[in-house]
Amino acid sequence: MAILTKDEAFALLKKVLAYSKADECEVNLSGTDNGNVRYARNSVTTSGRISQSSLVVSSAFGKKLGVATINEFDDASLEKVVRRAEELARLAPENPEFMPFLGPQKYAEPITYVPSTAAITPKQRTDLVEQSLNVAKSSKAVAAGFLEDNAGFSAMMNSKGLFAYNTSTNTNFSVTVRTSDSLGSGYATRGYNDVTKLDTKSATQIATDKALKSATAKAIEPGKYTVILEPAAAAVLMERIFFGLDARQADEGRSFLSKPGGKTRLGEKLVDERVTLYSDPLNPELPTSTWSGDGRPQEKVTWIDKGVVKNFSYSRYWAQKQNARPIPAPDGMIMEGGTKSLEDLIKGTKKGILVTRLWYIRDVDPQSLLLTGLTRDGTFYIEDGKIQYPVKNFRFNESPVIMLNNLEELGKPERTVSVESNQNYLLPPMKIRDFTFTSLSDAV
Amino acid sequence: MKRRDFVQLTGLGIGGMLLPFPSMGNPTTIEAMLDTPLDIRQKKQLADVALNTAKSSGATYADIRIGRYLNQFISTRENKVQGIENSESFGTGIRVIVNGTWGFAATNDVTNDGVKKATLRAVAIAKANSKFQKEPVKLAPVKAFGEVVWNTPIQQNAFEVPVSEKVDLLLKANAGALQNGATFASSNLFMVNEQKYFASTDGSYIDQNIHRIWPTFNVSTIDKASGKFKARQALSAPMGMGYEYMVPKKEDKLQGPAGMVLYRNSYDIVEDATLAAKQAKEMITAKSVEPGKYDLVLEPNHLGLTIHESVGHPLELDRILGYEANYAGTSFATLDKLKSGTFNYGSKIVNIFADKTQPGSLGAVGYDDEGVQCKRWDLIRDGILVNFQAIRDQAHILGQNESHGCCYAQSWSDVQFQRMPNVSLAPGKEPYSIDQMIKDVEKGIYIAGRGSYSIDQQRYNFQFGGTVFYEIKNGAITGMLNDVAYQSNTQEFWNSCVKICDERDYRLFGSFFDGKGQPSQVSAVSHGSATARFNGVNVINTGRTI
Repeated sequence: MAILTKDEAFALLKKVLAYSKADECEVNLSGTDNGNVRYARNSVTTSGRISQSSLVVSSAFGKKLGVATINEFDDASLEKVVRRAEELARLAPENPEFMPFLGPQKYAEPITYVPSTAAITPKQRTDLVEQSLNVAKSSKAVAAGFLEDNAGFSAMMNSKGLFAYNTSTNTNFSVTVRTSDSLGSGYATRGYNDVTKLDTKSATQIATDKALKSATAKAIEPGKYTVILEPAAAAVLMERIFFGLDARQADEGRSFLSKPGGKTRLGEKLVDERVTLYSDPLNPELPTSTWSGDGRPQEKVTWIDKGVVKNFSYSRYWAQKQNARPIPAPDGMIMEGGTKSLEDLIKGTKKGILVTRLWYIRDVDPQSLLLTGLTRDGTFYIEDGKIQYPVKNFRFNESPVIMLNNLEELGKPERTVSVESNQNYLLPPMKIRDFTFTSLSDAV
Repeated sequence: MKRRDFVQLTGLGIGGMLLPFPSMGNPTTIEAMLDTPLDIRQKKQLADVALNTAKSSGATYADIRIGRYLNQFISTRENKVQGIENSESFGTGIRVIVNGTWGFAATNDVTNDGVKKATLRAVAIAKANSKFQKEPVKLAPVKAFGEVVWNTPIQQNAFEVPVSEKVDLLLKANAGALQNGATFASSNLFMVNEQKYFASTDGSYIDQNIHRIWPTFNVSTIDKASGKFKARQALSAPMGMGYEYMVPKKEDKLQGPAGMVLYRNSYDIVEDATLAAKQAKEMITAKSVEPGKYDLVLEPNHLGLTIHESVGHPLELDRILGYEANYAGTSFATLDKLKSGTFNYGSKIVNIFADKTQPGSLGAVGYDDEGVQCKRWDLIRDGILVNFQAIRDQAHILGQNESHGCCYAQSWSDVQFQRMPNVSLAPGKEPYSIDQMIKDVEKGIYIAGRGSYSIDQQRYNFQFGGTVFYEIKNGAITGMLNDVAYQSNTQEFWNSCVKICDERDYRLFGSFFDGKGQPSQVSAVSHGSATARFNGVNVINTGRTI
């Protein structure tokens, strides 16, 4: 199914709702066109173009809810999916947490769609990959990478009169370059809504330089070090805080934001006062949808302000129960920073370690948000403001909450991509003291 | 599968969108699920359309998979049902070799015309990509099986069990936990049925009906006064079985140390949730581990994940060759280590085998997704690395003339590639029980169940946690421990394996959503073992205060 215009989506959703016999009915409709190219060993391995669309019908009788999905859009299929949702609703037990659907809402005009990305051609993709491959080949290094682009729309309508529509585009690119003797490895990743901003050549050059420079890594003792985390490395740690801002988990006492006695850390200083985290659907560098999947408006929300926890996200049920503002979970997260570049941060470092990327992040203790994982694809020792030599990779055990209390300095925020979740964020490079490396890894 | 997707799937994640089951599908009714949309003759006729179209368009090889993927997912929390979701996905994927290059296309238009068009698209993609091809694809020969059928040997189709019965069982498990001191209890049941028809120009027409099931729960206890919270996961294993796994049988229960009950081919979710509540409560006041070297006694439902990460993944030939370098990584287990014939992966008692035939395992099928009959083969024999995991277009790289039969695609719409077969540690040959093993340990820790796990991109350095930990002192369990994780290096760890219990203790662990590839695909895989002892492993304390 092609990407529907607002009018087409409205007409289709209206038609679906007309089949409903339930007390309440809500319909979510979405479609994406995805293109991707994967390469390894300096050669393209797979490429694909995937068009997917989905119509989700939620039907409710009283507090009994049924949900059904379909990806066919002829009249018979539309009626069938409504009947299925109603059948499931009749089979389902009552859910005391069911919330009646929302009435009409007001949303800001989103800025998530960039026509140049939606219009990308197979040749453009091939050219972007070729530029990346040429950089690696000319340095006699070996590249493996993945380029993907998406253009899509989403819309929703319900029997209470709510209607929402949005279109969006994005492109994610990542490349790992290894020396031909496999002794060095470098990495770079980029994410944009506008594919014309994507420069695979310069990203691959960075990855290649890191690969070549990391080939003679020395082993240094694990322990507590000052680190400079590039935004891609910071992203995989920071997002564990972003995912943990749910009020219910905190209120129920099973979150790093819970406190003894059934209280939470809302309103308390959690981290260094230079830490401010917010989400803003209209940020031009990281635009996101202006409404959430259940129809609530997405607005600018400050989550941590100068180190103090300002807001939690709520399900509509939990907000009602707690008599709180029902703020939905954010789609993108932005962290304020300074003006310094990564190079400036390195220049101002007496002794430290530059971390390009962190890998295989797993929760070790949800109570303290202790995480483990490893450095990868470019880890360097810094002394007297200069990168001195590459070092062998480390395993770390660290909590991002402790890390943000050991903050030395923040650089200029830039858009980056989490290798763990594929989410995009605006994050500064971070200089952190006493970051805990617990063992060495032989991995390159 | 990434943890975040799973968290969202179970309704705990951020964002309000309802996510479908991992493979995209349409929810469907129970009745509709039990219908067969196409009979075997129709599938063969459609397959021949693809194979003939491919051949007449210049393909030197073609295969088609016509797949119907059914999923059911039930989630509950305390006394509430959070979600009941049925989904169905039906379509076909066609793969061809033209000019020595792979091409793939998929469609949900499973008609003569739809199949023909998709085949031509696959041919066109192969032709376009052939300009990037450095070496033409070389396929290991495969036997023509003609028309064959294989079904998971289930006793009760989980999709035929009424939803209410399944919901009642999960709610009973939650109630068992809550009555025994748990503050919260949530439980889930995943059921998968893959109905796959495969045909290729090599002369096979293979019809398979595959079932998998995974009951799981999370039971947590919160001590309000101290603000401490602890959770205990289920000690179930996802299995390649029907609903019979959910019907507890006496002969499948093993009495473990410290009152633990462990399960083999059937599971008692109510009993386990009840015990979980008691253990979660005990964890609140359990002693924090003293870091240092310990002899570890690792239970199969824990050891399986260690096998998965430190043996299963490093021996995948595609990552060894660099095809996964940008995402999953490469491997320390290089071709020259294999060819040397002397690489000591583990101690002499370590025998690890790949096996896609073991009954009840997640990876058990008759034939893989490129029509190769499944088998068992050795990966590590008497501690020495002897083989990798390879599919048809990789076997020649190993100098072998036969695929290992471990090619898989998560759905009809994804292209098949090399996936991990079941990889298992052979039980000890001498009679040796878990009780005897514990008696023989002076300073150790017994670890059961899955926990936090992380390993580097070449599979050297790993850190694993677990579900429950018990201290062993002078041959006896002395009490529960907290904050335990062990860190080691793969080769060092497997060389520290000094004892393995005998086959009476052999059980399967499973991973239901193992992720690999870009775009990522999930697959399900089991790992069997008996409880094993590893000497002098470095244990760290993971307790922190924020």
